[in-house]
Amino acid sequence: MNFLHVLKPGFFTTVQDLGRYGYLKYGVPISGAMDMFSFVAANTLVANNPNDACLEITLIGPELQVLTDTQIAIAGGRISVKVNGEDAPMWQTLTVHKGDIISLGKVEGGCRSYLSIRGGINTPIVLGSRSTYVRGKFGGIEGRPLKAGDIIMGFDVSLLDVEYKLPENLVPQFTGSFTVHVVLGPQADMFTERGIKTLFSSQYKVTIESDRMGYRLEGPTIEHKGRAEIISDALLPGAIQVPRNGKPIIIMKDAQTTGGYPKIAVATTPDLDMLGQAKPNDTIKFSEITPKEARERFLEYHKRLSGLAERLIKVT
Amino acid sequence: MNGAYPSARYLPLGDTALTVEFGDITCLEVNRKVIALNEAVEKAGITGIVELVPTYRSLLIRYNPAETSYEQLVSQLKEIEKTIEEKPIEAQTRRLIVPVVYGGNYGPDLKFVAEYHGLTEEQVVKLHSGKDYRVYMIGFVAGFPYLGDVPEEIATPRLETPRLKVPVGSVGIAEKQTGIYPCEAPGGWRIIGRTPIKLFDPQWHPPALLKPGDTVRFKPISEQEFKNIEELVQKGIYKPLFEEHTQ
Repeated sequence: MNFLHVLKPGFFTTVQDLGRYGYLKYGVPISGAMDMFSFVAANTLVANNPNDACLEITLIGPELQVLTDTQIAIAGGRISVKVNGEDAPMWQTLTVHKGDIISLGKVEGGCRSYLSIRGGINTPIVLGSRSTYVRGKFGGIEGRPLKAGDIIMGFDVSLLDVEYKLPENLVPQFTGSFTVHVVLGPQADMFTERGIKTLFSSQYKVTIESDRMGYRLEGPTIEHKGRAEIISDALLPGAIQVPRNGKPIIIMKDAQTTGGYPKIAVATTPDLDMLGQAKPNDTIKFSEITPKEARERFLEYHKRLSGLAERLIKVT
Repeated sequence: MNGAYPSARYLPLGDTALTVEFGDITCLEVNRKVIALNEAVEKAGITGIVELVPTYRSLLIRYNPAETSYEQLVSQLKEIEKTIEEKPIEAQTRRLIVPVVYGGNYGPDLKFVAEYHGLTEEQVVKLHSGKDYRVYMIGFVAGFPYLGDVPEEIATPRLETPRLKVPVGSVGIAEKQTGIYPCEAPGGWRIIGRTPIKLFDPQWHPPALLKPGDTVRFKPISEQEFKNIEELVQKGIYKPLFEEHTQ
């Protein structure tokens, strides 16, 4: 079924779900939503499964024409939403009708917003996922960002009788400064004590060379003990590589799967999702936690995410 | 700490992964341990493991912290590590024959590699295609095989400034490694030739033609042969040449 007609594609809008699992060993990155919390919230607001595919909107939103009556929700970075020129809320189920025009503005707080459609977006499943991997040219719509004239397909599912919203206190605020909790290692022993101290006592700035593959940071130089290369090994989103120039690079969802720079530390899941909302010129501070603390934070976060449906409020 | 470690190192990666490192060296002995642990862990079916990524000298293990913990996994993996020590090393592997046009527009750096080592282009081709290479790992971009070891006589450092676009099928050298670009990508390897065969297709199961532990042999071909094979590949009727192979 055809649900949306893309009138304007926005700056960089892609189809994403929670990503590919099991293909790193073939050199295929995980991909998927950069901010999983907002992504899952958008799905939950239209009673979808957490993994149903949504649109990930980057910095400038698209303009869409509704082709079939449906329900949508918009979550993530703060963005103006208009339906037929009238303001509409984020973090809430919106019932839209055939012929309606949905216009999304600029992302003002954060970097990425998510638009879910009741039942999920239907694109071919490639390697177990609908996520778009632009460099590999597969997933989503022809492995590329949206362009004008695209048709977003969906599934024939019944509409909800009620509309929901996320309680105010659960709506994340993206202020442009981030504290990222990390676990030291696997190659922290390749840095001097001073280098590690620099990482945790400095403020880093996200540079313009930042996208779904990774963020290059600007800030004080992190000192290596000796060589700044390792025998290439596996990378994961959240890994913080420090090449010879001492400026950290945070690996994100579409990154290459192996790399030859030492990894001083790895960001933990809740913070990695927050980082999905970082844009150039935002600032980052790093804070060290133990693997045990990291697991406790993960479990708490996992509970919050999987319990979102119960926390929704009916809109009357 | 250089070389193969007396016992593996277990290192955390954030809250969802750990790596088991067998050494700080690229060699057959270490890579065999990686592949053996990979197979043993796959067989063991441990709760909470999401996926495994074998590389030159380490095995990355992603897990779901809601189902297991770093400490629990390390103790389970250490038990498995003991069993692989006793396992005989692999003797049989598959060997893939990779046809390559060397030099010219297909291999713009062949001339440099030859001059760098004071050899003729023909000598470089003979050395590069005259031995079997092990697939140490797949990484960088989808389906890219890291192969080794290149003979010392033609081992060449990377370009100082990487190219923004390396054409699909390009065969390159970086120090003692050689590899094949399965898609167009930026890259700093010295490109000495190009193959018409396809190494990756998201519609294949599995999507990559090669896996760690496989063997690769390059076969020099003419431009005409390249075009013939390319046509078969485009029609989807090219059959990759795999041979049984005893090391």
